[in-house]
Amino acid sequence: MPRALSAGGAVAAFMFALILGTLGIVAVHAGGLSALGPWDLRAIWFTIWQAALSATLSALLAVPVARALARRRFAGRGLLITLLGAPFILPVIVAVMGLVSVFGRSGVVNEVLAWAGFPPVSIYGWQGVIIAHVFFNLPLSVRMILHGWQAIPSERFRLATSLGFEPGDIGRHLERPMLREVLPGAWLAVFLVCLTSFAVALALGGGPRATTVELAIYQAFRFDFDMGKAATLALVQVGLCVAALLLASRVSRPAEFGAGLDRDDVIPAPGGWRCHADGAAIVLAAGFLLVPMLSVIAQGAPGIASLPGAVWVATLRSFVMALISAVLAISLSLALAQSVARGQRWTEFAGMLPLVASPLVLGTGLFLLLRNVTSPTQLALPVTVAINAIMALPFALRILIPAARALQRDYGRLADSLGLRGLARLRILTLPRLARPLGFAGGLSAALAMGDLGVITLFADSRNPTLPLKLYQLMNSYRMDDAAACAVLLMTVSFALFWLFDRGGRIRAAL
Amino acid sequence: MLRFDRAEATLGSFRLSADFEIAAGARIAVIGPSGSGKSTLLGMVAGFVPLSAGRVLWAGKDLSQIPPGDRPVSTLFQDQNLFPHLSVAQNVGLGLRPDLRLSPEQQARVADALRQVGLEGMADRRPAQLSGGQQSRVALARVALRARPILLLDEAFAALGPALKTDMLQLLERIAGETGTTVLMVTHDPDDARAFAPETVVVVDGIAQPPAMTGPLLDDPPPALRAYLG
Repeated sequence: MPRALSAGGAVAAFMFALILGTLGIVAVHAGGLSALGPWDLRAIWFTIWQAALSATLSALLAVPVARALARRRFAGRGLLITLLGAPFILPVIVAVMGLVSVFGRSGVVNEVLAWAGFPPVSIYGWQGVIIAHVFFNLPLSVRMILHGWQAIPSERFRLATSLGFEPGDIGRHLERPMLREVLPGAWLAVFLVCLTSFAVALALGGGPRATTVELAIYQAFRFDFDMGKAATLALVQVGLCVAALLLASRVSRPAEFGAGLDRDDVIPAPGGWRCHADGAAIVLAAGFLLVPMLSVIAQGAPGIASLPGAVWVATLRSFVMALISAVLAISLSLALAQSVARGQRWTEFAGMLPLVASPLVLGTGLFLLLRNVTSPTQLALPVTVAINAIMALPFALRILIPAARALQRDYGRLADSLGLRGLARLRILTLPRLARPLGFAGGLSAALAMGDLGVITLFADSRNPTLPLKLYQLMNSYRMDDAAACAVLLMTVSFALFWLFDRGGRIRAAL
Repeated sequence: MLRFDRAEATLGSFRLSADFEIAAGARIAVIGPSGSGKSTLLGMVAGFVPLSAGRVLWAGKDLSQIPPGDRPVSTLFQDQNLFPHLSVAQNVGLGLRPDLRLSPEQQARVADALRQVGLEGMADRRPAQLSGGQQSRVALARVALRARPILLLDEAFAALGPALKTDMLQLLERIAGETGTTVLMVTHDPDDARAFAPETVVVVDGIAQPPAMTGPLLDDPPPALRAYLG
């Protein structure tokens, strides 16, 4: 028992030291914090309002889609709901590529606008950032709200039908109370994600009107090498996240990985115009989410075979890095989850710290810490691997903690009474019993690491890019056909990694 | 000799105290109303319930600082006595080596223990493929192999029907008799106590009373026990 405690405790202590330490190092190196200029204040303001607008749009658009999915049954419904979970592991830069191919200068949207005699719209700038954020978070919101709909006991709907409720009555007595409970949590979850947005802002934003705090940190570090400003902005970023998290802790948050979203008893589905409206909501949402991806695939798939050798080298590099990150992430989170399951609640707090940490600040701090030992170029890959593992911890923990708790409750005393501990306990009890959640968590971590375009940009040079960075470089040099092919490759490898881990866990659990 | 030396356990507002001795090799029934602290008494011996005062000693040695797996104790719980993902043989083998790296000689002992409890040929099955009675036999085979001097049963056979329970108690009697094991058995059924345990500990009102002869105790129970037995 003491050994497992110390493993989780050590990981937790390490997390505190790393996340608070890097922040401290950046601040100390800066020789204090430098004052923020009008540019920085604008970045803070943009960060807040774009997150608020993205969250509001996602929530508002998600309600009709979730309602339609909750009360209609049609072919492909299950597949569509599964696909709604995909953006979580879809590399940001791939989605950006998809949006560019639809909303970009030569995309479908602008061709239609030109045909109709309207001026073209640009995907670059604040509107692009918002569109990308809604693209990523609309599915998340739909799933959360759909979960709320399906959590309404079917007896309520039966009662409503027997009392002759009209759709309006059902809305007033059943649906709106549910939405009042679910929407604040869904809104906040999206708000938090958008608050720390970096890759979207890097690719589509920038300039005085579309720079987030994370992007400003990157610019301070990479272009101005102004550590004081980077440190101040880092503190602002942490402050924003802590404030949002405190707000979130007062609001009930729905389960984000709500699985098995299927129930046999159908919620009453009104006919007439509501049926058409539901159909339109589903078609529009599916189109908004699928067309950009299909467009990239159509553009890119034929070109994969002729991608330059450097892209394949980057693919292999990213693949290996993602594997290491995933193994690191599940090892750390397993140690933390087990100590949480034994009642050490503070270790859970340590595992959730990355939610408020900025990967760029972590990277900057590690760079300052290690720059006398080795060069930034040599640091780029190891630091990226480590930071990706750490950033995946909160998600892995959310999956592992309930499973570790159940394991401790059901078999903890038996294992203790038999003297099963240390590595033997890990091999004989923990790994086999937790194979499924470990596989799922490992798959998420691997896919997130594979697609990440974050801290690598701080140190990047053109010699050892990861695949997402390579894709970003191709986009920046307007080699759009190669970029599309690269995007298809990156998406395929990310999904394959997730599938491999998840499948491996399921197979092991079924043995 | 198992000695409760003014031992006390406090769980929230609940407190259980015990101050008596049990002779080595004795077979003791533990009875009392639900929530009276029968499982707590066993937990003090097994190491799952920390003592707030006093000591529990076995053969003169204080057990309090010893982790559960290293105590001279085997425990059979009400359920979850087997790991569902391990085979019958592996579940039994845990009694010899928790890391399951068994020598050929130890594997032979596992097979022998399974034969003793009438589960020959079931070594490779999973617990889910066995009946409730067979699962209890697997757990008893492990108890026999572990050969710890104290055996605690926390309503281990409560889920079995009367005929199966009688079988299990006979098997238990044989295994405990062979090695001179000291047995403490929590039960709701006075007939179990009469059939298996010459002495009985009554747990009531936060006190585990010293063992008394089972027959006379049940024939003429004190008022608190009478209310429970009905």
